[in-house]
Amino acid sequence: MTLALPAVFDLSKPLQLTAALTPDLVLMAGAMILVVAAAWRPDSPRHQRAIGWASIVVTLLTLIAVIYFLLHGFSATLGPIAVDNFRWMVDVVILLGTLLTLMLAIDDNDREFITAPESHVLILLASSGMMLLAAARDLMIVFLGIELMSISVYALAGINRRSIRSAEGALKYFLLGAFSTAFLLYGIALVYGATGATNLQTIGASGASGPLFYIGIAMLLIGFGFKVATVPFHMWAPDVYDGSPSAVTAYMAATVKTAAFAAFLRAWLEAFPSAFSAWHPAVVGIAIATMVLGNAIGLWQQNIKRMLAYSSIGHAGYILVALAAGTTQGASAMIFYLLIYTLATFGCFAIVSALTRPGAGTVLLDELAGLWSVRPWTAFAMAVLMLALLGFPIFGGAGFFAKWYVIQAALQSPMPQTLLVVVLVVTTAVSAGYYLYVIRVMFMRRRVEGLPLPPHSGTLTQIVLVATVALLLVLGVVPDFVIRLTWAGRPQLAPYPVSTARPEATTGGRYSISGPTTVAPISQPVR
Amino acid sequence: MNGFLMSIAYDRWILPALLGIPLAGTVVIWLHAALGGRTAGAAVATPQESAVPAAGAELSTAVDEIATGVAGPARVIALMTFLVEFVVSLGLWPMFDAGQPGWQFAVDAAWIPSWGVRFTIGIDGMALMMILLTTFIMVLATLGSWTYIRTRTHSFYALMLVLTTGMLGVFMSLDLFLFYVMWEVMLVPMYFIIGIWGGDRRLYASLKFFIYTMVGSLLMLAAIVYLGLAARSPATGIPSFNYDYILQNVVVSPTAALWLFGAFFMAFAVKVPMFPFHTWLPDAHVEAPTAGSVVLASIMLKLGTFGFLRLAVPLFPSAALNETVRSIILGLAVIGIVYGALVSMVQTDFKKLVAYSSVSHLGFVMLGIFALTVQSVQGALMVMINHGISTGALFLLIGMIYERRHSRLIESYGGIARVVPMFAALLTLVSLSSIGLPGTNGFVGEFLVLIGAFRTVPIFTVIATTAVIFAAAYLLWAIQRILFNAFNNPENEHLSDLNPRELLIMAPLVAVIIWLGVYPAPVLRRMEGSAERFVNVVQARASSRSRVVSAGDIR
Repeated sequence: MTLALPAVFDLSKPLQLTAALTPDLVLMAGAMILVVAAAWRPDSPRHQRAIGWASIVVTLLTLIAVIYFLLHGFSATLGPIAVDNFRWMVDVVILLGTLLTLMLAIDDNDREFITAPESHVLILLASSGMMLLAAARDLMIVFLGIELMSISVYALAGINRRSIRSAEGALKYFLLGAFSTAFLLYGIALVYGATGATNLQTIGASGASGPLFYIGIAMLLIGFGFKVATVPFHMWAPDVYDGSPSAVTAYMAATVKTAAFAAFLRAWLEAFPSAFSAWHPAVVGIAIATMVLGNAIGLWQQNIKRMLAYSSIGHAGYILVALAAGTTQGASAMIFYLLIYTLATFGCFAIVSALTRPGAGTVLLDELAGLWSVRPWTAFAMAVLMLALLGFPIFGGAGFFAKWYVIQAALQSPMPQTLLVVVLVVTTAVSAGYYLYVIRVMFMRRRVEGLPLPPHSGTLTQIVLVATVALLLVLGVVPDFVIRLTWAGRPQLAPYPVSTARPEATTGGRYSISGPTTVAPISQPVR
Repeated sequence: MNGFLMSIAYDRWILPALLGIPLAGTVVIWLHAALGGRTAGAAVATPQESAVPAAGAELSTAVDEIATGVAGPARVIALMTFLVEFVVSLGLWPMFDAGQPGWQFAVDAAWIPSWGVRFTIGIDGMALMMILLTTFIMVLATLGSWTYIRTRTHSFYALMLVLTTGMLGVFMSLDLFLFYVMWEVMLVPMYFIIGIWGGDRRLYASLKFFIYTMVGSLLMLAAIVYLGLAARSPATGIPSFNYDYILQNVVVSPTAALWLFGAFFMAFAVKVPMFPFHTWLPDAHVEAPTAGSVVLASIMLKLGTFGFLRLAVPLFPSAALNETVRSIILGLAVIGIVYGALVSMVQTDFKKLVAYSSVSHLGFVMLGIFALTVQSVQGALMVMINHGISTGALFLLIGMIYERRHSRLIESYGGIARVVPMFAALLTLVSLSSIGLPGTNGFVGEFLVLIGAFRTVPIFTVIATTAVIFAAAYLLWAIQRILFNAFNNPENEHLSDLNPRELLIMAPLVAVIIWLGVYPAPVLRRMEGSAERFVNVVQARASSRSRVVSAGDIR
């Protein structure tokens, strides 16, 4: 078969537009086939596992398609979707998260006697939405992606029908999510009103300003703020994270966040550079509030899932620092951070999943006491993951490099974000309080008398744990390859004039917002 | 000898090998633990051995002891590794060319090219002595924990090995990024060593240790990023963290220099520890197991002063030599010297006494560094070595008697010279060397600091001199109460004197104490070059800096 893909997709032609969506379509088609297969037979644990494995295969096929596109460095004309390395790199992170979620979910469902095979299909559908978000270069596609992702995840949050907390979390998530979508939609409408366009690059080229435009941006900021759980739009996160099954929680904490941040960043860099001075203070304020509150409240948690929820809020703050840098280097730092954060988060939830008793839903920190004496390797893995989230070199694997990259991008921006870096560093020290507490409890306290041994975890959960910890540790020594990948995956910004809006942008060649516009294939040396 | 070493290209692989050998040892221990070594370890334990409760024993349940073994082969693997490490490092002594300026045995390899981070290591005279001190002390610290650590020995010795790599890495690093990574690498093993095998208040002490050090080092991290970006290549925008490059090319404004110096100062002052930042030290020392105390005192405290010598002062001489800043630091150093000595005098816990005496000794080092004469800097380096030897020896001796009697309180003892004559003789000798009696190593360093510092900062020096008298007072008084007063505690009747292993630990320490006291010239000669270079670089940069005050900010 000679399917000749053009080097530059002409998105005005339907066939080429479809071809540019190939990986997304692979995933969607797989999901469609599996939803039929899931409905075909009655719910049973065996059927659940089979659909789970089939979903893993579909995800892997999608991943192969994505990597094919990544390696060939295609580009596209102006259109509703982007064909660039940023999209493919984000897709890689999303599909990695999807893969890990599916593996955890198969074991999780078995343990909690959730026999619904459609849970895996919902994960695939949510991931399709996420891939649309990564591709979106039009606010309508952003909306489409957000809705496809969110509605699937609302259902996933409540997938454990026997758990009241799961139902509560799902309802809360649904109501607040619908509320935030309204903000998003209103923002899109206002921006359209101000510029007459929904395409990100057209909006960016319009160089619009004025109250209508700024209010629209503010609405979008609130909408995205809800999705990535930044303060003050984070209230739903702890309850939802706590109530959902561990696999779904990890998925929400890492992968949903990855997709939402990707769309967030692309919209901000491509559509709103002209309003930099308007949105920048707001983003800085939200980032500071998120880092401070997320980490401070994390100190008081006794339930490990809630602790991880607040930790994930804190991390959203760190990622916002990369966004606030307003540069493509910040985007590269963000992809790197999201990748490492995805690995660490899935590792943590694999442990939570492995230590959860059937029906308990979560693990209290006190139950971890003396874990070292009964499950030394699990305790070791947890220590690595905690140090990774803390951002500690070597022992925390690549966690340190992720934070370093964000700091570097923030300081290397044409407008150095010194304040944000100081807050990042200080809140990192604060977060040591709860990350170290977990280590202390596991290694330095006695096991509670009479506490039964943790249940034996499923094979897939163990594979997830070993794989994430090993990857983190390896990347903690040799990160360069992945840094190059994320650098190649920074978004390529359109050649619109920005000098009127941001005088700083003209100072630094490489890191300015008006960076090179040619798409560099990955095989080409980074610099 | 040199010919042989050259023929095996010793100078090209020695530094990476020193970093790698402990890691290899860790892997061996780890494999041993993973491949069923745990049960084999339990079989080694004799009933008699396990009947004696160890410091960390309350932590472990019976299940743990079966699971992890009591002594086991981990200690043998660790000892072998440290012996190899020490023997291999000995080649540095003849191979080091004292006359050659610049970095020796240097290795430079790419690490993270995208960020301009390189794996650059190399040593000068002061790093040489610190590395030899480290490899020497680690062997003895392992022997000192031989029977002291009875639970989870695999983990303990693995952590000791990793810790060694971290410490040696700090002494070798010529890349600021690498320096930071190594600096942090030391932190975690020590945290676990104190937190798992420590005394009753180990949780508090270990957390305090971790938080203090981490807050300091995060500030240093921010400063290192700033410097790296200031040194970035104009063409590619890639930062550089190379020490020499930053030293020669980065010009920061006086205000920025003050902030950056402040950030480095916090990281190192906590580690030294200087006077108001010292409160973690007594806790950590007292709660840590013997090996932990020895490593903390002998090596880790030196990393703070080493940081001042290597980074903080040479990089920002204008800030460090700013009249106000310098007076404050000298003032804190002298306060530390006198305060440490006075507080030592009233301690009832012998381990705490030695811990506070460290505050005093390290104050001398700081005085020597900031007095900024070749003599005082050399003296400071000597004090660093001597303190490592003498205080390490004191902690080892305390550990030995603690293993027998399970008390660190001075009042628990009294007149025990009669029952443990060998212990008494060694404790007296080591104490005298810590006091700085002429003929022992302690004298050389403090004397050099005092005469060197008197030329530039006479008033501070005169005050510091009083502490030499206090040092005699607190240590002599303590050994009088422990060894010589009336024998009034029948529990001490059955103390056994030092066994051959313990004598084997003390013998090299005593030899070094006498050697450095009588003939320190070989050591001084090797460090003279780096001390001179330190003083010259600082003075040259400080004076040139006054000319380029207007050079502007980082960009």
